[in-house]
Amino acid sequence: MAKLTKEDLKKIKDKVLAKSALKEEGPRARVTVHMGTCGIASGAKEVMSALMAEIADAGIRDVAVTTSGCMGMCSREPLVTVECLGREPIKYERMDAAKMKRVFQEHVLKGEIQTPFALARGEESSE
Amino acid sequence: MEEKIRITIDGREVTANPEQTILEAARENGIFIPTLCQYADTTNVGACRVCVVEVEKARTLVASCCMPVSAGMVVRTDTKAVRDAQRMIVELLWASGDHNCLVCEKNGNCELQDLVYWLGIEKPRFPIESPGYEIEKTNSMIVRDLNKCVLCGRCVRACNEIQVNEVLDFSLRGSRAKVGPAFDSDYIASECYFCGECVDACPVGAITFAQARFGGRPWELEKVRTTCTYCGVGCQLDLNINKGKIVKVTGNRDYGPPNQGSLCIKGRFAMDFVQHPDRLQRPLIRKNGELTEATWEEAYDLIARNLSAIKEEHGPDSIAGFASARCTNEENYLFQKFMRAVIGTNNVDHCARL
Amino acid sequence: MEEPMIGSIPTMQEIPFFAHQKLRVLRNRGIIDPGKIEEYIARDGYLGLAKALTEMTPAEIIKEVTASGLRGRGGAGFPTGLKWQFCSQSKGDVKYVLCNADEGDPGAFMDRSVLEADPHAVLEGMVIAARAIGAHYGYIYCRAEYPLAIHQLNIAIAQARECGLLGKDILGTGFDFDLEIYQGAGAFVCGEETALMTSIEGKRGMPRPRPPFPAVAGLWGKPSVLNNVETFASVAQIVLKGAAWYASVGTEKSKGTKVFALTGDVNNVGLVEVPMGTTLRTIVYEIGGGIPGGKKFKAAQLGGPSGGCIPAEHLDASVDYEKVAELGAIMGSGGLIVMNEDKCIVDIARFFIDFCQDESCGKCTPCREGTKRMLQILTGITEGKGREGDIELLQEMAVIIKNSSLCGLGQTAPNPILSTIRYFRDEYEAHIREGRCPAGVCTALKRYTVDAEKCTGCGVCAKVCPTKAAKGEKKQPHEIDQATCIKCGVCMEKCKFEAIFVN
Repeated sequence: MAKLTKEDLKKIKDKVLAKSALKEEGPRARVTVHMGTCGIASGAKEVMSALMAEIADAGIRDVAVTTSGCMGMCSREPLVTVECLGREPIKYERMDAAKMKRVFQEHVLKGEIQTPFALARGEESSE
Repeated sequence: MEEKIRITIDGREVTANPEQTILEAARENGIFIPTLCQYADTTNVGACRVCVVEVEKARTLVASCCMPVSAGMVVRTDTKAVRDAQRMIVELLWASGDHNCLVCEKNGNCELQDLVYWLGIEKPRFPIESPGYEIEKTNSMIVRDLNKCVLCGRCVRACNEIQVNEVLDFSLRGSRAKVGPAFDSDYIASECYFCGECVDACPVGAITFAQARFGGRPWELEKVRTTCTYCGVGCQLDLNINKGKIVKVTGNRDYGPPNQGSLCIKGRFAMDFVQHPDRLQRPLIRKNGELTEATWEEAYDLIARNLSAIKEEHGPDSIAGFASARCTNEENYLFQKFMRAVIGTNNVDHCARL
Repeated sequence: MEEPMIGSIPTMQEIPFFAHQKLRVLRNRGIIDPGKIEEYIARDGYLGLAKALTEMTPAEIIKEVTASGLRGRGGAGFPTGLKWQFCSQSKGDVKYVLCNADEGDPGAFMDRSVLEADPHAVLEGMVIAARAIGAHYGYIYCRAEYPLAIHQLNIAIAQARECGLLGKDILGTGFDFDLEIYQGAGAFVCGEETALMTSIEGKRGMPRPRPPFPAVAGLWGKPSVLNNVETFASVAQIVLKGAAWYASVGTEKSKGTKVFALTGDVNNVGLVEVPMGTTLRTIVYEIGGGIPGGKKFKAAQLGGPSGGCIPAEHLDASVDYEKVAELGAIMGSGGLIVMNEDKCIVDIARFFIDFCQDESCGKCTPCREGTKRMLQILTGITEGKGREGDIELLQEMAVIIKNSSLCGLGQTAPNPILSTIRYFRDEYEAHIREGRCPAGVCTALKRYTVDAEKCTGCGVCAKVCPTKAAKGEKKQPHEIDQATCIKCGVCMEKCKFEAIFVN
């Protein structure tokens, strides 16, 4: 990235928002694995590996995978957020490889939310 | 010079320089504040906390050794809070080690002992617990008994700031903290130069002179100021003498140049030759192949006679003089003067040029 | 289309843990990828810096931060704007901005989480501070025990440099600032500002007396500003949204939000950000979800080893700098450890003083020797060797150590003792006078006793007892000899009739 000016910051914002928005032509879904130290300590890396393996096996190209930091609820880690086009994001708690596999197969691919592991829907409020 | 400022200490209004600490201002005005870790010509670190005083509007007690004065400052050195803190601190130090004055070389010249006495402490409220370190006697010069160490850090500063040898520092943490060379080695295995600065700096009996052990109590020792005989620098030192014998050598910062009280290994630890039985104390003249004792008059006569004869017969340049670095500058000056003016030759040299 | 299942899942706003929080420092948590600077920028990142560099003078930045009421989040709560002002007034062409990320309190992980999840927020705050005081170089002093935080920071620093947000001519404004990470070697005392600077200088991390204060002579003897991670992470938002916005939440003297690491005997362990002045009850019961197993709340330790405990009677106290101090604790950096009724308060005090003794640098006498003796006395009490007068001696020592120690570590180390004696003196007395640990924690004070009604005299206890303390006639109620009992508990474990109990 070249050196930025103040005007560039605004452009980047618009570009990133446009690029990361879910859309028909892809990405249609985004899976965020929360990988702070708390998440990693409770198995987030295994969850991530399982997710990547599932995506590779399924040969899917329009699912974005990203990582993020601690969501705050360390005692429910590993946490995973699944966003599908046109739907509210779902946060899954206490994930492991098997649960991740199921969430990918059922929720990401078929749209069926896996309520037994779901912690919450929607997003946190911030100012 | 900056203008003096006025401060109040124990109800007395006194003047002070703005750069001064509370301790310096108090001392200058004859007000006593006890200290332990404070050591002239080194950084004031405020470690022991014995010098705490009350300063109006301060959140806590302040260490007077490192708190600069400011205009209008109101200081009290003698309140109950100050004495209670000093007592607690000294009790803690006392109980922290093997402060057994019966067998301590520093008995009578110990700053911890002085503090205990000054504060009138009968005994500490805490059980006395020596850390149990082995006493370091691995060299013939310095004995270290860390069981007596109060961690004032004076040795560390003496080593790093006065001599700049950078051998000593603190290691470990909490009550296990200790001072010493790197990797907790003993002095002999370290980079120590054995200047003995740390021994002079130690306020208690933790670092002492090996040669002086059982050589005399502090009050039996007479200090004789002299000039070191080892080189031409002319370091001033104090021979500590008990019944005509040199027990140890100490530096004195008050003497000023050239050495400001600091010494090297030779001046500090190599004065025992004075009392060595093999040392020549009278002139010897070889008679019939045997060295026999003579008087100084006989010896001088012989030297003068022979030098005159050689000069007469072969000329002054047949004689050369070679002086010792163990002589003082003044002695060396006299020697070359003697060679040039009396013998009449420029053949004079000095071992320090080798 | 409303899915049939989704209604059963609560929204984030319906979950008390999230509902009671107000995210400012943690506003990007779980949302951005900390490894991608563009995601931070997309959340208005570096706009605060842009504003500070292009629209504000250094004096205006300081004025804004001062007006916001932001106080140092590292523990002492010194007004941040005032600190910057002092440093900006110090003469000198070389100044430093330092970030304290040496988070060492047991149970605290606020700074770690912020650095891992949103490292650019800290960098942005530091550049703004640098502009305010006229510094061109900085250090982040981060403990080496935080490898992920350091990893994320390294990525963030590299990206910020590449984008011209660090280095020469930031955002084309001509302002230069760069920084590096200095990894701490695991000493708690290096969180103390002068020790931290001594450590960066390559020396043993020991505090030095103040004055001179860091704002006048800090790192390498140059004027320096040191703030902690959370403080810096608050700055960009203040500059961007204004002091009035920041001060709109909080109490009269404690503005904004505070991040807490909520741990201990609480259902929801985690990282929470609440407005200053939120009650302890809300934090523990609403956000924290209460105490596991239906146990009673006993106390919350606020401020780590430098803090104090707040008992159940003050659950409705507002958590702000003044109130917390009045209750005998400190806000500290935000460690909040909840303790249930099973915790022995003397043992808790012993734990914290043990920590402080271990971490004391050993420089000053009151801290080095005083904490050791307090630990000794407390250990004695927990082992049934407490004596009349111990409580009074502890109190006397605590006051003197607080009053005469060199640095903040020693000056606050006695707080846990003072506050536990203040609220739980009866528990200390039970240990000392009755040889009893009310919480049943102190092993030496446990008394294993046989209930003669329930005992069938089967003899299992006598068989398993390693010291032959449990004994009795066959088929007759057994007894346990307290003098030889080593309190291992194996008799109670093996008794099939629940005839052995502890009191």
